[in-house]
Amino acid sequence: MDKILISGNWVCGEAAIRAGCRFYAGYPITPQNELTEYMAEHMRRVEGGTFIQAESEIAAINMVLGASAAGARAMTSSSSPGISLKQEGISALAADELPAVIVNMMRGGPGLGNILPSQGDYFQATRGGGHGDYRTIVLAPSSVQELADLTMDAFDLADAYRNPVMILGDGMTGQMMEPVVFGKPRPRRYSEKYVLKGCGEGKSRFVRGLILDALRMEEHNWKLARKYSVIAQKEVRFETFRTGNAKLVIIAYGIAARIAKGAINRLRDSGYRVGLIRPITLWPFPAQIIRDTAERIGNFLVFEMSAGQMLEDVKLALEGRARVSFYGRPGGVVPTPAELAKAIVQEYQR
Amino acid sequence: MKKVFSRPKSLKNTAFHYCAGCGHSITHRLICDAIDQLGIRGITIGVPPAGCAVLAYNYFDVDMLEAPHGRGCAVATGIKRTLPDRVVFSYQGDGDLAAIGTAETFHAANRGDNITVIFINNAVYGMTGGQMAPTTLLGMTSTTSPPGRSATLDGHPIRMSEVLAGLDGVRYIERCAVNTPRNILRAGRAIRKAFQYQMDGVGFTMIEVLSQCPTNWKMTPAESCRWIDEVMTKTFPVGVIKDTGKGGTHAD
Repeated sequence: MDKILISGNWVCGEAAIRAGCRFYAGYPITPQNELTEYMAEHMRRVEGGTFIQAESEIAAINMVLGASAAGARAMTSSSSPGISLKQEGISALAADELPAVIVNMMRGGPGLGNILPSQGDYFQATRGGGHGDYRTIVLAPSSVQELADLTMDAFDLADAYRNPVMILGDGMTGQMMEPVVFGKPRPRRYSEKYVLKGCGEGKSRFVRGLILDALRMEEHNWKLARKYSVIAQKEVRFETFRTGNAKLVIIAYGIAARIAKGAINRLRDSGYRVGLIRPITLWPFPAQIIRDTAERIGNFLVFEMSAGQMLEDVKLALEGRARVSFYGRPGGVVPTPAELAKAIVQEYQR
Repeated sequence: MKKVFSRPKSLKNTAFHYCAGCGHSITHRLICDAIDQLGIRGITIGVPPAGCAVLAYNYFDVDMLEAPHGRGCAVATGIKRTLPDRVVFSYQGDGDLAAIGTAETFHAANRGDNITVIFINNAVYGMTGGQMAPTTLLGMTSTTSPPGRSATLDGHPIRMSEVLAGLDGVRYIERCAVNTPRNILRAGRAIRKAFQYQMDGVGFTMIEVLSQCPTNWKMTPAESCRWIDEVMTKTFPVGVIKDTGKGGTHAD
């Protein structure tokens, strides 16, 4: 298999096409434009491939809703303010139990913010984000290779659970170039019975989230909740790094975890026993490994490029079992490993 | 004895929830007649709106996918681009199509997406209780324009058909009404023609239907039918607005 040098945004598009994505609608927003442009160029090379530059993020996600119901593997992408606009459609996809992949290359916020890498959308991504009682599966890559792998996985997860899946990257993951080897595309396992393609000679069907009767709506909510609990049991992914004899464990995801690894390697060279737990799925959140680790390690430091969002999930996971401190840089600031190492040493010596 | 009138096959045998005298039920029927006549029940996918017709999937015996508020045209675009050989229509009210969904409607029309929009214009928000719509007539009272719509405060009623007709992607737009037998027959022919154009791959088509809303207009059904002719058509004249499809101009 060939190894190629490619940027995160491009690889996301290429991996999607290799995974069988045949419908993409998007709207330009920095720092994810290269992905939209990649799809414009490459969707045409595959049979039945559709690219639409939509008039807005709202239109794009609703086009995805239509395409998904009609049986296409469908994807849209955006960055923070654009994802806010897509939330209406993501909630509808969740209600309708339709699969779709949504890529968010996060930038500084709130509001228009800036166009620099950030992790300020954690709450929005992991709490549903739109209205109603629902969850989105959230995958957080920390390298371009992983972005390729997780993009392909995202389509399988979306199909398997008939649920929207979000790839939560950031401006840096999207724009940096790294060598990548593509995994083998897997055949799509998705029943034709879910495809709304005209009823033929048979009975007509409808797909909708509107359920006016409260008891039936409650039933639908409980059905979704049961599905989410299956996902929470089966789909948790995380990586541990040098936690073996650690005295302090950093918890970080995405590009922040990359920075943390750099800091940990430096500190290990100087004799500090520091490790890392990296959540790969942000929802479902890998609470168990954090709880298990707290049995032998009493000191955690959450590091995020935000003012502290995943921090809440870590505290929920620990339920007071261990000490948690926080180091964060919101607003599009990317800390260096040296800067983080300094913050870790302070905590380590406390 | 010869049977001259019956329920269309693609219309489910269910009682409508609509108010007495409402035009939605007539329009549903006309769409189903057109689907039957063209023999396209099995390949048709409908997109109902938010609003009074939100339950349209209880009536149309074709596959249907509900759209969020105003997004009918975007959802229809997604379906149609995925399944180009199906007949895809969205069914939208004036609030849905001309307020919250203006952008989606305008751009689907401009792209020339090969879909058909059935646009119900009753000059008010019906389901939410009679608030001012983009199509509310000047001077017309509503729950949110109690003294009557004022051009200065509220702007003018939007003629969406004329606005969209200016776009090159649009091939056929006709404004009809369902207030008299003659108008109903004409609306039925227009809907059938729009679907036929779509099957011929002509491009974006829209049928605007002036539809009586006795409840929110606070009129009897008979009064509201007359009001369409006497008042509403002065702002929204019926007729072919644009026809650049294969069939040429609409034959009445």
